[in-house]
Amino acid sequence: MVELRLPKNSRVIRGKHHPAPQGAGKTKTFRVYRYDPELGGNPRWDTYEVDVEACGPMVLDVLIHIKNTMDPSLAFRRSCREGVCGSCAMNIGGRNTLACTHGWEEVPGREVSISPLPHMPVVKDLVPDMTLFYAQYASIEPWLQTETPEPQKEWVQSPEDRQKLDGLYECILCACCSTSCPSYWWNQEKYLGPAALLHAYRWLIDSRDEATGERLDELEDPFKLYRCHTIMNCAQVCPKGLNPAKAISEIKKMLVERVV
Amino acid sequence: MATYEFIDHKYDVVVVGAGGSGLRAALGCAAAGLKTACISKVFPTRSHTVAAQGGISASLGNMGEDDWRWHMYDTVKGSDWLGDQDAIEYLVRNAPAAVYELEHWGVPFSRTEEGKIYQRAFGGMTRNFGEAPIQRTCAAADRTGHAMLHTMYGQSLAHETEFFIEYFALDLIMDEGVCRGVTAWKLDDGTLHRFQAQLVILATGGYGRAYFSCTSAHTCTGDGNAMVLRAGLPLQDMEFVQFHPTGIYGAGCLITEGARGEGGYLTNSEGERFMERYAPSVKDLAPRDMVSRAMTIEIREGRGVGPKKDHIFLHLDHLDPKILAERLPGISESAKVFSGVDVTKEPIPVLPTVHYNMGGIPTNFFSEVVTREGDNPDKVVPGLMAVGEAACVSVHGANRLGSNSLIDLVVFGRSAALRAADTLKAGESQPELKPAMTDAHLARFDKLRNASGGTSTAALRLEMQRAMQEDAAVFRTGESLASGVKRLQAVHDKRPDLAVSDRGLIWNTDLMETLELDNLIGQAAVTVNGAEIRTESRGAHAREDYPDRDDKTWMKHTLAWFDDATGKVRIDYRPVHNFTMTNEIAYIPPKARVY
Repeated sequence: MVELRLPKNSRVIRGKHHPAPQGAGKTKTFRVYRYDPELGGNPRWDTYEVDVEACGPMVLDVLIHIKNTMDPSLAFRRSCREGVCGSCAMNIGGRNTLACTHGWEEVPGREVSISPLPHMPVVKDLVPDMTLFYAQYASIEPWLQTETPEPQKEWVQSPEDRQKLDGLYECILCACCSTSCPSYWWNQEKYLGPAALLHAYRWLIDSRDEATGERLDELEDPFKLYRCHTIMNCAQVCPKGLNPAKAISEIKKMLVERVV
Repeated sequence: MATYEFIDHKYDVVVVGAGGSGLRAALGCAAAGLKTACISKVFPTRSHTVAAQGGISASLGNMGEDDWRWHMYDTVKGSDWLGDQDAIEYLVRNAPAAVYELEHWGVPFSRTEEGKIYQRAFGGMTRNFGEAPIQRTCAAADRTGHAMLHTMYGQSLAHETEFFIEYFALDLIMDEGVCRGVTAWKLDDGTLHRFQAQLVILATGGYGRAYFSCTSAHTCTGDGNAMVLRAGLPLQDMEFVQFHPTGIYGAGCLITEGARGEGGYLTNSEGERFMERYAPSVKDLAPRDMVSRAMTIEIREGRGVGPKKDHIFLHLDHLDPKILAERLPGISESAKVFSGVDVTKEPIPVLPTVHYNMGGIPTNFFSEVVTREGDNPDKVVPGLMAVGEAACVSVHGANRLGSNSLIDLVVFGRSAALRAADTLKAGESQPELKPAMTDAHLARFDKLRNASGGTSTAALRLEMQRAMQEDAAVFRTGESLASGVKRLQAVHDKRPDLAVSDRGLIWNTDLMETLELDNLIGQAAVTVNGAEIRTESRGAHAREDYPDRDDKTWMKHTLAWFDDATGKVRIDYRPVHNFTMTNEIAYIPPKARVY
């Protein structure tokens, strides 16, 4: 039988309630996943009644407002606050996205729930352990590989060939895609996941790269690549509007084409 | 005090920071056979280099004739003659090779029809010693920093650089004036680490977060600069803070100067292209300090736009939507997300926003940290280098030209690695570290971890940021700066009253933000003190009470030491280098800086 409840130690219990400060204007409730490894115990949902008139439009603005004025102990990653560094990826209202570019008013429902990227080990609060994700990225050898001696100046690349990298090189490694993929949830120790595969295709399709054969050999494996079942969650959630599923299908095509 | 135990590591080189300059230095050292560690408080591709948009300057000449001498002249003039010309020559002459190296590593540069690297116009970049704008800035659409950083991270994986990721560096291990390593706190398990090395290379970036509104990331807190101050060493030219003309009004996010390089222009409430009045020859492509001042004057004189007449419009709506989609896709998206503007139809509301620190850790062009000792203004600090925005070589002088920072990262990251390879022997034995060298590191860490006063980190940070924003802005006066000095002293005096609520050691971001605030306070203090004392206007330092440049008195670099106990700042000076690196170009003597 399928176990429909989480194991006992993983069940998220009700946590602290932080009421709105006195004199608050319009308030909204944010339900935030909390887990402190040093305190032990189950993870919990803390709720915060946030004075949304006192903070900016994005979910990250709310999290920073909570940290600054209500609860400094809340832990989350953040850096650029403009959608290019990929630090603040989390699950907001049931959907993986970047807190810094996602407006809290866009989240449907009466309250906004915020939890770490799903199916990743949680280090603390909204901070997941990304070790495996990064190792998968490294495994596709994300650097240009050539055998022809390097030219004195740049490698020549036509604008048309360069254009093939658009929709690929913009990836910010936020992991929203991989951690929204059911195949990745089940088989992440073997399946590379959409982000790493998107990068694999970025190097496969680069007209300057000369390791296409070796790169394809590495991917020809029942798990690394073929666990993609075109569920398309990756393309749905990518905060940069990229389509990893399409990149994966292009890799599959390349594998077929080199046989026939 | 709680007892803390260090986990020890021994390397030839430890690089602190994994942005553009840190990665370039680290992979260069590793490739030279030195055992190299690179420690960073964020995963490398999250470093703020990722946010650089417009491009990287180098006189490749892909879009017509160019010459490194022209690039040098522009950089010297852009620096308002405060740049050291030997270092500037080193920068511009090594620039083309550095860009080709990046391309060979795989940076997806935009291309010309012939398949060469595409170059765009940028502020202050001219042909033939100031004649007219030139296209010198190599671009990967408007995501050049992102493309570079990801490529360089990939390259460091190829070189098997050893990374220590999400380690927060605490302090330099100093031994009678020699740097012997660095201590760090590992966020995900709370352990403390002692990295011993023959050489520490600081690549810790700028400290934009000393201000309330900046384009810089939350993590830009100048931790390396602060470590240097605590080690009793000076920072240089800290009063020179660059305001980028086009931060998005409200949010402060960056809109690249490349937007104007591609034909964008600024207008005031009368719809006037006012830059034509301020810089008749280069107009909207004047250097950033001049454009930021012009915008501030327009707003002050009542010609700002919007209901409060407090910002300026940047127009791209006259450009071909195809060009916008191909060359400026990133800022088109940012404008949509942060100001709800469709750039093909409406102007973007913008405001000068703190963006870059010309000042930093003084170095020579080998990237070695220097200090003044008696009559010697160039005393090398053994075992310590600095690169990137953290360093002050000084190639940017009083004002950096756009796209000269990305080239600074890779040229001086490389120079550091070359110098390390020349001067170090791999595996050389190192003296034993003594607890006395790190006791103060632990005491500071423990004190802040257990801080239980009445002032929250966020409240004190806001107080500092407000003071900097109001008193050390685009225009400064003796009065505003005196106020800034006083307010920063008050902030310093409240440090013992800080409160940290989380006592844990694992991913304690309350403590991390407090350590960062502690780092920022010293930097903010030396900034306002240096600015108050410099009674002239030069580059980004514009004094309304001293509107002219004064070469007789002020053609010199400010050095500022910070007394952590009292908050007092001591100032001294180093001469600006009035010589070049080789005889292939003569020193460019100062003259009036008009465009």
